[in-house]
Amino acid sequence: MLELTINGETRRVEVEGDTPLLWVLRDTLGLTGTKYGCGIAQCGACTVLVDGTAMRSCVTPADSVVGTQVMTIEAVERDPVGAKVVEAWVEKQVAQCGYCQSGQVMAATALLKQTPKPTEDDIAAGMTNLCRCGTYNAIAAALRQASA
Amino acid sequence: MDGMIHPGSDAILQAGPVELAIPETGIANLSRRGLLGSAAGALLLGVMLKGRPARAQGEGLAAAAPRPGTQVPAFLEIRQDGTVRLLSPFVEGGQGIATAMAQIVGEELDVDPARFVVDCAPPGADYLVVNGRRLTGGSYSVRSSYGTMRQLGATARNLMIRAAAARLNLPEAELETENGTVIHRRSNRSLTYAELVEAAWRLPPSEVAALRDPATFRWIGKPVPRIDVRDKSTGRAQYAIDLTVENMLHAAVQHAPRLGQEPASFGNEAAVRAMPGVHSIQRLPGAVAVLADSWWRARRAVETLEVTWNDGQHARALPADFSSAGMLAALRGERGAGSPAEENGDLRAAFAGAAKVIEAEYDAPYLAHAQLEPPSAIARFNEDGTLELWLPNQAPEMFQASAARMAGLEPGKVKIHSPMLGGFFGRHFLYDAAMPYPQAIALARAVGRPVKVLWTREEEFLRDAYRPIGFARFRGAVGADGMPVALHASAVGEGPIGRYFTPDRPVDSSMVEGIAGKPYSIAAKRVDCVKVKQPPVISFWRSVGHSMNDFFYESFLDELADAGGRDPFEMRLAMLSDKPRQATLLRAVAELSGGWKRGPFELDGVRRARGVAMASPFGSEVATIAEVSIGEGEIRVHDLWIAIDPGRAVNPAIIEAQVQSAAAIGLSSSLLEEVTYEGGAPQQRNFDTYSILPPARMPRIHVRIVESGAALGGVGEPGVPGVPPAVANAVAALTGQRIRSLPMSKVRLGA
Repeated sequence: MLELTINGETRRVEVEGDTPLLWVLRDTLGLTGTKYGCGIAQCGACTVLVDGTAMRSCVTPADSVVGTQVMTIEAVERDPVGAKVVEAWVEKQVAQCGYCQSGQVMAATALLKQTPKPTEDDIAAGMTNLCRCGTYNAIAAALRQASA
Repeated sequence: MDGMIHPGSDAILQAGPVELAIPETGIANLSRRGLLGSAAGALLLGVMLKGRPARAQGEGLAAAAPRPGTQVPAFLEIRQDGTVRLLSPFVEGGQGIATAMAQIVGEELDVDPARFVVDCAPPGADYLVVNGRRLTGGSYSVRSSYGTMRQLGATARNLMIRAAAARLNLPEAELETENGTVIHRRSNRSLTYAELVEAAWRLPPSEVAALRDPATFRWIGKPVPRIDVRDKSTGRAQYAIDLTVENMLHAAVQHAPRLGQEPASFGNEAAVRAMPGVHSIQRLPGAVAVLADSWWRARRAVETLEVTWNDGQHARALPADFSSAGMLAALRGERGAGSPAEENGDLRAAFAGAAKVIEAEYDAPYLAHAQLEPPSAIARFNEDGTLELWLPNQAPEMFQASAARMAGLEPGKVKIHSPMLGGFFGRHFLYDAAMPYPQAIALARAVGRPVKVLWTREEEFLRDAYRPIGFARFRGAVGADGMPVALHASAVGEGPIGRYFTPDRPVDSSMVEGIAGKPYSIAAKRVDCVKVKQPPVISFWRSVGHSMNDFFYESFLDELADAGGRDPFEMRLAMLSDKPRQATLLRAVAELSGGWKRGPFELDGVRRARGVAMASPFGSEVATIAEVSIGEGEIRVHDLWIAIDPGRAVNPAIIEAQVQSAAAIGLSSSLLEEVTYEGGAPQQRNFDTYSILPPARMPRIHVRIVESGAALGGVGEPGVPGVPPAVANAVAALTGQRIRSLPMSKVRLGA
């Protein structure tokens, strides 16, 4: 039994402690907005915020986030920075297939929380998630808008 | 055989279902138009469905089914809250088809596309709007259904007006509509569609409901926002992987390392059974599965299971010594003449009289689709004897027919749900051993409960159906003026059209598209199709044969320009003197890039050069210019300028996004992507070894849409094929090094 704080709520889950946070979110808690793409922290589709920092939940053991604040895409609009990011994503029409975009939005939210006015280098360092639809230019444009 | 051109894979889609016997000897004399209109469709019908035609899901619409795309209630649900649910013939997977359908239907129905909810329709005769069939692919959705879906919207609007006329006791001619409401201006009365729908849908539809004058379009042709973008920015969009059904078990699988092997014995079965949450271990064709109460537990257990594999009897079993390097060597070693796909002029005389002759060989590797959503499927046998499936797919009726055969049911007893796709690019057609739904069906039957099978990324890359490896041999000549006078190309290998649709035809169109059918004027040319079977399961991959063939051809064209001492851009323009559509587009891309300059030149202290290429894929025309430099031995692509002529634009914003996307995957395949086989098994099992374009390597992409007014062309795939040759041609201009083998990352370039 683990006690996790997900989107501000305390959740008790019956899982092995080394279960990746991703699968606790998706299968145990039904929070399917966070996506599985690779399972080895390559693609970033599973990005969530742990105490405000972007983490790839597919390789984050659930017991390692006990005592932290985990934020998923489901709560992103309740966060003022996250809400701004979502609006920019909509305005710039970023999504195509959309599968990676939960992770992209979370990565962008984390970046702007830590660096409200990111340089191009900050964006390059903070936005490394893969997108098979190649929405990278739209992502960068939305990020610039959200930080303006 | 003057001017004979074999159509590309596009033609397979365009052909209708009418069965026409084409005598073998007659094929050579068919014009492109003749082939487009007739022959291929019979093959589509015969091969893709393999059995009886699909019937409406659940309902028994059979013999006297109405013409597809005409039954308004099958498509439109008018909701009390003013929204409209459209059951679309097509599945949304990023290409924007849900929005395009909302635009087209909404324009005629007179409802703002923003008020639409669009879902992919279940199997059913009503939805066979792609020349009597249905599939989402071939960049063919809008252009195949544009007229049908417009008429559907117009018919629905006409029903609303007639229902309102009856309700208000007014002549129809006095009624207008305005965004979901029927209005009588003189008396200031109005009725919403929601108020009218019940009566309207009971009226007999008019066959001749008037269409809106295109000059008054408000949404068609405009950059209407995508209707799915907010849900996709907030995690609310649901893909197959996100779905659950009550009481289901989760399944994870371990496939045989080599296709064709079967599970023989397990080393630690008891220990795996005792792992937390494990329900059972199940044998499957070519795989083992563990069922558990969560997917992670199932995965951990199945990966713990020690499996010994024996050789089995699969029709596509891969030999234990199969390798991609061996396959390429076999293609290179094949010297047979093959069959002509295109022939024009006296090749022998042209070569004999030429000033200079050059030869080159090109190749491109197996590619994975690498869509970001790993495949999954849920199967549930219902108490009423039906089988229900939730699965990613590009062709519901084909999956229905296949699942029905597998389960021993009538197709009408199989319900198919087609959720939004987390990317597809050709991944979700029916390919041997490449999909989890047969496993889900077998497991659900075995355990008597609904089962969801999800493949890990590693299992997905192991069993994806790959873009085939490609090889082409060129011999070309220039005259005394340096212009090309002769070109002989041979495409060697196998393509998905030949394998799945036209196995008996001498020419596999997907092997030659992008080599045959080029617009350039060359006095003598011949393109041969040399068939060599490839053991792996092969597939359609974004832009199909064009994804490599235009790289081969357009690169070699630059080699000819160099041989003749000609500028490659000016040479192309001269070769298009009787092709105004393509010449206009080539000028457009040059203008977009600030005027053609090949270089090398210096910018910001970095030496750069540009390359140009053209392609004629999927009914559209594309011209591409790339600007590159070399840094630390790697190619850096700074800018891509792409002009596309899709005839007309239904949604310019989506077209631009699709061109960006296609260019990204085209660049990814140029620079990075390759599946290699060794010992009968693919070696790349995740994104750490199968690289796709990361954000750091994304260039600026500048798109111009040129509307020539030609017939509607595709927009999802055409942006791909120009990119690899434009980059290769730029690299050659910069370094003098001609890259003839993809991906380019295999070559270390001088700093």
